[in-house]
Amino acid sequence: MKLVLSEEEQFLKDTAKNFAEERSPISHFRSLRDNNDRKLWDKDIWSEMVKLGWPGILIPEEFGGSNFGVTGIGVILQECAKTLTPSPLFATGVLGGYAISEFGNDEQKNNYLPKIVNGEITTALAVDETSHHDPYATELIAKKSNSGFTLSGKKIFVIDGASADLLIVLARTSGSKGDSTGLSLFIMDSNKSGIEAKKLDMADSRNYANIYFNDVSVDESSLLGDLETAGETVESILDIGRIAMSAEMLGNAESAFEITLDYLKQRKQFGAFIGSFQALQHRAAEMFCEIELTKSSVLAAMRAADENSNELQRLSSLSKTVAGETLHLVSNEAIQMHGGIGVTDEYDIGFFLKRARVTEQIFGSAKYHTERYANLSGF
Amino acid sequence: MILIKTNIKNMTNLEKFREETKEWLDKNCPPSMRSGADPKIPVDEVWGGRNAEYKNPESKLWLDRMGEKGWTMPTVPKEYGGGGLSKDEVKVLNEELFRIGAKQPLLSFGIWMLAPVLLEYGSEEQKKEHIPKIIKGEIRWCQGYSEPGSGSDLASLATKAEDIGEKFLVNGQKVWTSYADKADWIFALVRTGPKEPKHDGISFLLIDMATKGVSTKPITLISGKSPFCETFFDNVEVPKGNLIGELNAGWTIAKKLLQHERAFISNFGLAAGMGSKRDIVSIAKKHLGEENGKINNGFYRSEISSHKIKEHAFGLTLKRAGDEGGKASATASMFKLYGTEHNKKRHELMVAASGINGVAWDGDEFDDNDKNLTRAWLRTKGNSIEGGTSEVQLNVISKRVLGLPSQ
Repeated sequence: MKLVLSEEEQFLKDTAKNFAEERSPISHFRSLRDNNDRKLWDKDIWSEMVKLGWPGILIPEEFGGSNFGVTGIGVILQECAKTLTPSPLFATGVLGGYAISEFGNDEQKNNYLPKIVNGEITTALAVDETSHHDPYATELIAKKSNSGFTLSGKKIFVIDGASADLLIVLARTSGSKGDSTGLSLFIMDSNKSGIEAKKLDMADSRNYANIYFNDVSVDESSLLGDLETAGETVESILDIGRIAMSAEMLGNAESAFEITLDYLKQRKQFGAFIGSFQALQHRAAEMFCEIELTKSSVLAAMRAADENSNELQRLSSLSKTVAGETLHLVSNEAIQMHGGIGVTDEYDIGFFLKRARVTEQIFGSAKYHTERYANLSGF
Repeated sequence: MILIKTNIKNMTNLEKFREETKEWLDKNCPPSMRSGADPKIPVDEVWGGRNAEYKNPESKLWLDRMGEKGWTMPTVPKEYGGGGLSKDEVKVLNEELFRIGAKQPLLSFGIWMLAPVLLEYGSEEQKKEHIPKIIKGEIRWCQGYSEPGSGSDLASLATKAEDIGEKFLVNGQKVWTSYADKADWIFALVRTGPKEPKHDGISFLLIDMATKGVSTKPITLISGKSPFCETFFDNVEVPKGNLIGELNAGWTIAKKLLQHERAFISNFGLAAGMGSKRDIVSIAKKHLGEENGKINNGFYRSEISSHKIKEHAFGLTLKRAGDEGGKASATASMFKLYGTEHNKKRHELMVAASGINGVAWDGDEFDDNDKNLTRAWLRTKGNSIEGGTSEVQLNVISKRVLGLPSQ
């Protein structure tokens, strides 16, 4: 495992950096928020991402993807996060693309993957039902029927749930809340009768929904992976998601830090640049160290995912923890170091704080993953 | 095509080197210097030098053989007594040493700090005089930097070296000189330009500790041990040929040496943590109990897991720095800062998780592990002070890496 980007990965990263800076600066996100757009992402920006081939990065070449790996899509998310670029890339390119490529049958792959690659559909993964991430707490039931299954229940905090065309849903086919067994994944169109998505207004102004399933009938062929194997498969999808989200959080932290550093170098008080005060310098230097540790953790986790290492789960929890704690620190310090202007809506830095706290919750907080790391390590 | 051919040729040479190395180690690494050695054989901490004593004669033999090959500093050119190996060959050598669990033949400030700057700043004559003796462990070096009035503000140092014709006359006092009472020579920073601005009046001077007027006095630390000394210079005459680099240009060399020192201290802390027999998890399980294989106290368990995650991330960062080709100066401060702070935290956690045993000091009622942990914990308090305090590292990062303005 080499902890340095390959030339191709670096090229992808540079491309994404230019794209984000030119096509989707922070003002782009601000205008989406102010216009209260339902999707909270822009279809033109998304079409350009599609043209660049980004949704197909985790998808095999035979279905039109580039199979370029988690590191590839990770560095793109990292760069896009620096300007808070909203897009369906995470939910579709990472979660949907990976889940179907890895666990779909031939029919599902042929049906969906080319459509993901060419931007025809976006996807969402519906896992959680509780305020704290906990896939095994699933109670949404999928009852066997004559023609297949009937789904009833509610999923909450589904990323891109307000706009996705295709839903991947974790459901209970046996057992009860808390069991890691008896879980199955289903894949279905979001416009099926009985499905109702209620858009959520979250602090970070991104696209989330609670999704209600009122006796939704699906065929047997809607099973993604074998019946009652989702306890494991969903963990595997989530781990890729956690790693990709960590990359996004790293970009978020890097950007908030850079903006703050610039501010320290231009803001004057007491006749001096505030960046010359040791009280601020030392805190900035500590943030630098934490960000460096986060870069290494995220890169190691992305590599582990691509190499299918047996350290994957531990590194996934490691990177989500380290990224979560670093972003928490940096987003708070960024506000404090900006002083009064930092708590105004007019100034961008507050966006990073709000986005930070939401991403910290996605697929498990630092506390959740510290516990998981301990369990996986035998502490 | 040409590229491919060269690679194949290199591979073959490397494979050949591996075979030769294997064979040589097989013949020359004494049994008690490898993993699986008889635990009854006493273990030496080998620092070399004129007055070195060995409890196990094989320690000396191993040092002599490795020193003769130049493999205590394998990348140094052969003309200075080094191994003259390429980076790839050193990698092979290290792998082979690791494979047989070979003990490090020599611990040496000469290797870690002095030789690298001699290679860069020393005259040809100085290199030929000193580096081979460092490599063979014939001369043990100590470092004369800090003074009672010059700690973090090292450049304010006052030990003076006056020009008296053929020689310098040195007067003053150094403090925190590691193992000065055991060392043969000292590399010291001295003031040669009393009128110049403080950074521009310092020279880098080598002094034989056997010279008349040099004396040392050990300092007892809070751990009860005395690895450091005070070193006094009372009208000490030093030949001018012992000056390294230009007169009054010692500060540049001093800073370079500090980078080597910081890299060493931070790696040392981490290596000590990872390879240590003291494992925080087993200590916690021993003293707090375990249930279903888990540390039986949620608060400690969560703190320990957080700490292990940081340790893991730090290890990955060291690896990344290596893979990136080591951009030394910027990262040295970060590693020194993080490595030492982390090591302190680790020891605090081990002490806390040991309960009352974590503060055992002496006597038969406590076992050696507990008593040693107490001493080790106290020793770590110095890690974030020596070689530039954590605060100094934060200053370096703020200014050199982040480009924050000075006041």
